Amino acid sequence: MSEPRPTFLLDGQECPFTPGQTVLQAALAADRHIPHLCYHPEFRPHGSCKLCTVKANGWHATSCTMPAKAGLEVQSETAELNAERRMMVQLLFVEGNHFCPSCEKSGHCKLQAVAYDLGMTSPRFDHFFPDRPVDASHPELLLDFNRCILCELCVRASAEVDGKQVFALAGRGMGKHLVVNSASGLLRDSDIAATDKATEVCPVGVILRKRVGFATPVGRRRFDERPISAQASEYAPRTATARKD
Amino acid sequence: MDRAAVFRDCARPASSSPLRRPLGAAARHLPVIHRSDDLPVKHPILDSPILEAAVERALADWGCEPTSLLQVLRVTQESLGWLPEAALERVSVALDVPIARVRGVVAFYSLLYAEPQGEYRVLFSDDVTDRMRGSEERIREMSQRLWVEPGKLSEDGLVSLGHTSSIGLNDHAPALLVNGRPIPGVDATRATLIGDLILARTPLAEWPAELFNVEDHVRRSDVLLEEKMRPGEAIGAALERGATAGSGRQATLDEIKNARLLGRGGAGFTTGVKWESCSRQPVTPRVVVCNADEGEPGTFKDRLLLGRRADMIFEGMTVAAWGIGASQGFVYLRGEYRYLLDALEATLARRRREGLLGRSICGREGFDFDIRIHVGAGSYVCGEASALVESLEGKRGIPRNRPPRLAEKGYLGRPTIVNNVESYCAAAQIVLHGADWFRSRGTARSSGTKLLSVSGDCERPGIYEYPLGVSVRQVLGDCGAHATIAVQAGGPSGVCLGQDEFDRCIAFEDIETGGAFVVFDASRDPFEIARHYAHFFAHESCGFCTPCRVGTSLLRNLMDKIRDGKGSLHDLKTIEELAGLLHHASHCGLGESAGRPLLGTLERFRPAYERRLGSTAGEPAFDLDGALARARRMTGRDDPGAHLGETS
Repeated sequence: MSEPRPTFLLDGQECPFTPGQTVLQAALAADRHIPHLCYHPEFRPHGSCKLCTVKANGWHATSCTMPAKAGLEVQSETAELNAERRMMVQLLFVEGNHFCPSCEKSGHCKLQAVAYDLGMTSPRFDHFFPDRPVDASHPELLLDFNRCILCELCVRASAEVDGKQVFALAGRGMGKHLVVNSASGLLRDSDIAATDKATEVCPVGVILRKRVGFATPVGRRRFDERPISAQASEYAPRTATARKD
Repeated sequence: MDRAAVFRDCARPASSSPLRRPLGAAARHLPVIHRSDDLPVKHPILDSPILEAAVERALADWGCEPTSLLQVLRVTQESLGWLPEAALERVSVALDVPIARVRGVVAFYSLLYAEPQGEYRVLFSDDVTDRMRGSEERIREMSQRLWVEPGKLSEDGLVSLGHTSSIGLNDHAPALLVNGRPIPGVDATRATLIGDLILARTPLAEWPAELFNVEDHVRRSDVLLEEKMRPGEAIGAALERGATAGSGRQATLDEIKNARLLGRGGAGFTTGVKWESCSRQPVTPRVVVCNADEGEPGTFKDRLLLGRRADMIFEGMTVAAWGIGASQGFVYLRGEYRYLLDALEATLARRRREGLLGRSICGREGFDFDIRIHVGAGSYVCGEASALVESLEGKRGIPRNRPPRLAEKGYLGRPTIVNNVESYCAAAQIVLHGADWFRSRGTARSSGTKLLSVSGDCERPGIYEYPLGVSVRQVLGDCGAHATIAVQAGGPSGVCLGQDEFDRCIAFEDIETGGAFVVFDASRDPFEIARHYAHFFAHESCGFCTPCRVGTSLLRNLMDKIRDGKGSLHDLKTIEELAGLLHHASHCGLGESAGRPLLGTLERFRPAYERRLGSTAGEPAFDLDGALARARRMTGRDDPGAHLGETS
């Protein structure tokens, strides 16, 4: 165990990694922030939101899925990359219907947090204003599809942790959307339980527990305290590969 | 031949009826509640014996593994015309796949329908070459004649009319599919005739045969199209080569590597390297896949090969199977080429009889390999190798993350090679005639010949086979192109070439292409071509990654805005930025190239954009008058008072 861990260069500084880790996992384990949304420490990297795009040896790469390699030169905190990330966050904002002031997830929301962190001041592009009815059928849970960023975390949590496959994806392109596995398509007819992992993982405000929305007042919420970029280690992998040095 | 043994994952005992299978684990996906009366009025075929029989037949063909999902749905739809919810529920139970996933797959593929379709389903090919030859007018006429809106079903359920992405008949544009059968060269006369036949409810089998006659336009042939190999000859050569060299299968891999064959689908990866890396994987069975999902608009050479050279394709796949030690083979045939399926199946059956597929091929103990054909269902992204493999597994065609590469973990985690139709033909030739023979054509870095699919503004559209290295100018001369302003090589995801680039060469070191070669003359508007391609990519984006899912739709909308005279210089800058983002951050080649036609035309034909700009200073994105359109429709008004605008 005393052998020095291999390292790669992240923005000019050495970043140690455990073989098997991806660039993003290693960075987070070292308390180094790379913006991301679809990545979750308890799940296999997904590589869909593309916010964690970096330049590795000069080439654009998705850092959450790219295996860390000794000697790799990774650039992340550059004006160019952050401008592209900002643009992708703007794409997500105009794709759905995101009204932060009236959203009970405000302050806990990763999309909002990365938007602040990347200095997004306007949605920039034309809104699509999709028609996405909410599903309030379940007695304990609310689904507000308007805020879905299609990270598939709930799909993965339900399948991999809960063993239920309550959620799935349908359609393609801009028509891609989250669907519920029940004959009626409604959450109340699915076999979800309020204790399921799938109810905890939504990074935005799609899957909400009813009647607890404002238990923590706005202003004292997770990202009100500290920006998301200062919380990197909290997203570090929680498996054996994530040991602390 | 024991196909069941080769396709363990497809097989199921013929006697057990999947529909009578106990619900078991699947039941939890199908809550027993809510089959109540508050559901909408049922379509007549719901719960009928017809529906049951259709699903049963599909399951008998494809088995009850989840990997069969897409094929079971497709075959069921061939019987029913569409996929009612009751059929999806049956399939969900039989395959033990959650109903949400079944619905998800149906909603992913554009040729699967969850809504009723007409007895006659007319799909106009919607490529730029079709539009250039009047497809828009034809569809308008037909829509009025048959009293049906494009994209809808007629009220009497007789006909549904719609668009689909290019159907691989660019040399016969405009073309369409009726119930999956192609009709080329749809001019006004033919369109009228088709309308008559539909209105008279003439069964498709009684339509004049010449309507469906697709003539192959082979304009220039070289070694590949002139090849006269007999079935089994290349396999025999592979076995013999191994015996002579004493290196067995490796001799085949060496020959392909020495030939420096580069993938003919367009990506140009070294085929031999791919095969060798797959052959070194410790896992078996290994899998050989032929990518016959020829979806790149403007490409139709695989259609010709599948129709005329099926034996050579299967020969190449079998040689590959020998080389890498594979036992399982698939052809992924694009849904728009469904009409080629029966002949291909017949060829496979003949080859099994001849001992060229199945167990102990050519009498060689231990050389077991068979091929099954999967038919796609309308998704361009499935031409991407890993998306294709996902689709083979019955799922939505989403490109996978790499690593691992398919050669390590492909179909069901098995080492897999995926090659283009033309690549397998070339591989068969290489094994038969040798690497030196193959390298004697083409350039030092791009050996061999290449089939080009030439269409657009030229006198002689069709298939041209050239040694690689041919100049654009020569192709233009040979096909009879005049006053050419641009060539789109490699389809929308390829490259737009202006007049000063016609001395460049078709070769992997210069213009990499899967073979599409669309010619535009001075009468064409480069902006409209680019706008069409923007629509294409927005339609075909799989939606997995953020930049492509949202970016392609934004690009489409920006191009429409410019067309409407509401664009500004700022919009041109936004297009460039979005195209850059797509190129850098997308998950797969579709997104990476989706901005290219716009950047290419902006660079070469900027005035075509600028003359459309409403103002060079700035323009509000919000269309005040447009926002009233719905109110106008609801009130039946269109008078000046119902409009807001500069003049009011």
